[in-house]
Amino acid sequence: MKFTMSWLKEHLETKHKDTQIINKLTDIGLEVESFTNFSSDLDNFKVAKIINAEQHPNADRLRVCDVDIGQKNIVKVVCGAPNAKKDLLTVYAAPGSVIPKNNMKLTVSKIRGVTSYGMLCSESELKLSDESEGITELKPSKYSDKIGKNFFKNNTEKVVDLSITPNRPDCLGVRGIARDLAATGVGKLKSISRKNIKKDGSQNIKVSITKDKNQGCTIFASCLIKGVTNKESPKWLKEKIETLGQKPISAIVDITNYVMLDLNRPLHAYDADKIDKEIIVRNSKKGETFEALDNKEYKLDDGMCVISDQSGVLGLGGVIGGTRSGTELETKNILLESAYFIPRSIRKTSKLLNIDTDAKFRFERGIDPQSVELGLQKASQLISEICGGKISKFDIQKIKQYKNLEIKFNTSLFEKITGFKVKENEIIKILKDLGFEVSKKKSELSLKVPSWRPDISQPIDIVEEVVRIKGYENIETIEPKKNRLKDTLNKQQKLFHFLQRSVASKGYLETVTWSFTDSRINKFFKENLKEIKIVNPISSDLDVLRNSIFSNLAFYLKKNLDRGFKDISLFEIGPIFKNKQPGEQLTVIGAIKSGKISRLNWNEKDRSVDIFDVKKDLIQTLMEAGYDKQIFFIRDKSPSYYHPGKSGSVYLDKDDIDPVAYFGELHPNIVKKLDIKTEGVVGFEIYLDYLKDTKIKLKDQKLNFEYSDYQKSERDYAFVVDKNYKAQDLIEIISSIDKNLIRSIKIFDIYEGENIPDGKKSIALNVTIQSSEKTLEENDLEKINKLIISTVESKSGAKIRS
Amino acid sequence: MSDIKKIKDEYLNKLDNDLDTESVNQIKTELFGKNGQISNSFKTLGSLPNDERKKFASDLNSIKEELQEKINSKLQEIQIKEINSKLENEKLDVTLPEREIKQGKIHPVSQVIDEISSIFSEIGFSVEEGPDVENEHYNFTALNTPDNHPARDMHDTFYLDNNKEILLRTHTSPVQVRTMLNGKPPFKIIAPGRTYRSDSDQTHSPMFHQVEGLHIDKDINMGHLKGCLNYFIKSFFEVDKIKMRFRPSHFPFTEPSAEVDIGYELKDGKIVIGEGDKWLEILGCGMVHPNVLKNVNVNPDKYQGYAFGIGIDRLGMLKYGINDLRAFFETDYRWLNHFGFDPLDVPSNYRGLSR
Repeated sequence: MKFTMSWLKEHLETKHKDTQIINKLTDIGLEVESFTNFSSDLDNFKVAKIINAEQHPNADRLRVCDVDIGQKNIVKVVCGAPNAKKDLLTVYAAPGSVIPKNNMKLTVSKIRGVTSYGMLCSESELKLSDESEGITELKPSKYSDKIGKNFFKNNTEKVVDLSITPNRPDCLGVRGIARDLAATGVGKLKSISRKNIKKDGSQNIKVSITKDKNQGCTIFASCLIKGVTNKESPKWLKEKIETLGQKPISAIVDITNYVMLDLNRPLHAYDADKIDKEIIVRNSKKGETFEALDNKEYKLDDGMCVISDQSGVLGLGGVIGGTRSGTELETKNILLESAYFIPRSIRKTSKLLNIDTDAKFRFERGIDPQSVELGLQKASQLISEICGGKISKFDIQKIKQYKNLEIKFNTSLFEKITGFKVKENEIIKILKDLGFEVSKKKSELSLKVPSWRPDISQPIDIVEEVVRIKGYENIETIEPKKNRLKDTLNKQQKLFHFLQRSVASKGYLETVTWSFTDSRINKFFKENLKEIKIVNPISSDLDVLRNSIFSNLAFYLKKNLDRGFKDISLFEIGPIFKNKQPGEQLTVIGAIKSGKISRLNWNEKDRSVDIFDVKKDLIQTLMEAGYDKQIFFIRDKSPSYYHPGKSGSVYLDKDDIDPVAYFGELHPNIVKKLDIKTEGVVGFEIYLDYLKDTKIKLKDQKLNFEYSDYQKSERDYAFVVDKNYKAQDLIEIISSIDKNLIRSIKIFDIYEGENIPDGKKSIALNVTIQSSEKTLEENDLEKINKLIISTVESKSGAKIRS
Repeated sequence: MSDIKKIKDEYLNKLDNDLDTESVNQIKTELFGKNGQISNSFKTLGSLPNDERKKFASDLNSIKEELQEKINSKLQEIQIKEINSKLENEKLDVTLPEREIKQGKIHPVSQVIDEISSIFSEIGFSVEEGPDVENEHYNFTALNTPDNHPARDMHDTFYLDNNKEILLRTHTSPVQVRTMLNGKPPFKIIAPGRTYRSDSDQTHSPMFHQVEGLHIDKDINMGHLKGCLNYFIKSFFEVDKIKMRFRPSHFPFTEPSAEVDIGYELKDGKIVIGEGDKWLEILGCGMVHPNVLKNVNVNPDKYQGYAFGIGIDRLGMLKYGINDLRAFFETDYRWLNHFGFDPLDVPSNYRGLSR
């Protein structure tokens, strides 16, 4: 919401300095976005002429223009507008300019390899109109001698731009802002002078509001002004409109806009001669069409609130007017509309048709239903003053009565919520200044809420009004108490926190990537999960929720490889999605490792990363988190995105149904399809939701600390087994022979080849034997030795290698 | 007797010479071997008369001990000499690089979340979480933001279905709703997590992080809110003084609502928090709206309290001088290395938030 200081002072009598007023605005919740000298800000926008426009070498839709910005200066500007052609007069914004539409500051930048010095602006970017297709076209008759001159008029008016929260439609008018300021004591709200206007004759175009279901219009007030001469607005009005960055159109349109900005009272002027007999406010029928003032044709659905005549739709009530009945400079007789539309209806219609206008913005937030007459009065009076004409009596159609809401307010609520006291008479004064009618009833205040405040519906809203005007700085700061009733983190959160740092401590860089991903990459990793499409993705390569963390990790692995990094270890901990209902997600750690170990290291031979690197990181992480490695069970099943022969899954216990983790080499086909070029890509995943509570807690007492000081003995064995036989099974067979004596088993060699039959391999292992009762003698050792060999041979079909 | 004394003197002399390990061992055999001189002398004990035997045995033992000690010290001396001479040839270039170091890092967002949790832990908040995918009810309606509310336009929402019922949460506030529905007051929680808005430019990214705060009890007022945030900001930025400004604002789920600015100044292109006269908006907060409490079956006549929402990424940017929000999520190895934290740097109350 923009306004000038002088405009504000038309409503506010004040001796306070501008800066005081500005600070006060922020203090009461009307956030000041900017407070600028109108001229300085817009000096960077110059009238300019395109003297040459060539195709951009690297982009079909872009053009490189040589632009004459006056005083023999020619600059190169890259422009995407289809109408950027040689000889066009337009508006040029120099680097450093702030584009009014989005407050973006321009810099000199390279666009697809060509440096662009500034920008050619569309009307929408300059906030002149909603026209955003193509750059502004200036009439040669008016501008050809102004190349290099400021496009915006010099004006020393101070312009304030407020960011108005959606609950405060009343402050979308200058008067509402003045009222709020007056309540804080920085001035007095001036009363509106209501001159009696001369009304001639009746409004003889019949107006009716139908009793359709969910009728979006409840009040339609109108008057005829006959015999007007529409023209350019007088200087004062044009300047008002221009300082706010809007484009003056004609006196009649400018006046309706002026009243809207002044009182937050949208109006609409029809060319009365173009109305076919009568005005009917009704619901639209599916398929009805009309051409709106934005020059677009809209096809309507059922149940949209339209203003129509006997021939059809004239406009969408409260949203946008139509071209058929629009006013022009030739217009002689006008019908002026001042109506009330229901916010929900406005919102629904504008969303469906994707229309955003000033009127819509205001009506959907809630316009004062009691301001219809005031609006007609002020606008018709101005029109007759500027354009002449006779004003008819006002015709007011209503299908609903709007009464001021009444609220009972117990002033003790104020202290209860804010923690500080304000005297009752001060509360009453603030509320009265804001337009409330206040009467005291015993311990309560009875309040009538002003009709322009649709946001106020209950006592808590009154608390906000008072504390806002009184000032938040009056709230005292109560130091928080340092006591804790509950653990900060629950078990799962502690696990998350621990695993995250445990994985990082093994040399992985933590990354955070989008929860969404490219469906073309996701499909490699989604297994049997459902693809979860985002209806309105930010871009087509971020179109689905991720079913696995690997899609993003693989993508960014490639990006980093392309940046020239070779040996990369990355991980992410975060959600993956099984389906699209809330809660159908899992927390997963995904880690990926590529390249070589000890690349270019003087004292170690380099080698490619392999799955036993990630298996170590994975197993160690789980151990550190408190899980017992002795009972882990490894299977060679894994998701299809892993190399089928070089991957596995980890179960916390042999009997568990779900694995808690996978590890392995990424499937070579995926590596190829994603064009990842490196020596090796391995990774692992941990599913936090499947990690049960650890059996032994840190806080548990470790009662049975038993150890043996008797002599240890070691024996080496080599067994020849089938090639596919699993080392894990061999270890299990040996360790279960005598859990008291066999202390550890280490595999120190795997051998295939000479001296070993085809389809077989040799596993060499070292077994540590120790008793906790005595020093074992040679014959004890020989006994266990024989038992190991015979048990292994009988249970696994292995042969001891002699 | 004189015999064994002679043997002693002879061998002590021998052992004073410059010998190698082998010759010392030779001496050892000559003395204590099966037919060694000392061993043989012990064998003669039996043939001696009683009165002489005792003395001879005692003399022989002391001579044996003396010789053994001499031999051991000689052996040790030789070993040390050997090591010393070896050392002279074992000089390494210690300036050569060590074996490969792979230092892992924690992402700034994770570090900041841990810092935040640590601070709020001290004043009794616990951590709650909620799903990233939400339904329209928890994300909007239950938070007093009905379908026709213009405030919905401020949240550019990602939808997962055409009816716009399932969406990616646009803020962490639905965790408030879930927490209150699943429990009984009082509530004192923070809820950090991922949030999503279909917005992408220099300062917006389609995914970002928020932390929600909620404290509901019988008498929690705006003073407590101010105190809590003041404590948090001071602790987070690790400064003694902070300039804070509460400004009225509007959120459908709080009433009264406020936005909070902190004072800062620019020194050599760096933002210094807590000084200067510039203001930076960092969070939104307010007293939980009675309608929200009603929606989650908490009686607003009995219970009241505050809620707040803070942008985590932004806090991290301010504290650690990171300029570009989008870089947080681009997985640039250089960036992660530069801005990441050592995994052992766990923020905690007793050893401080940061090094």
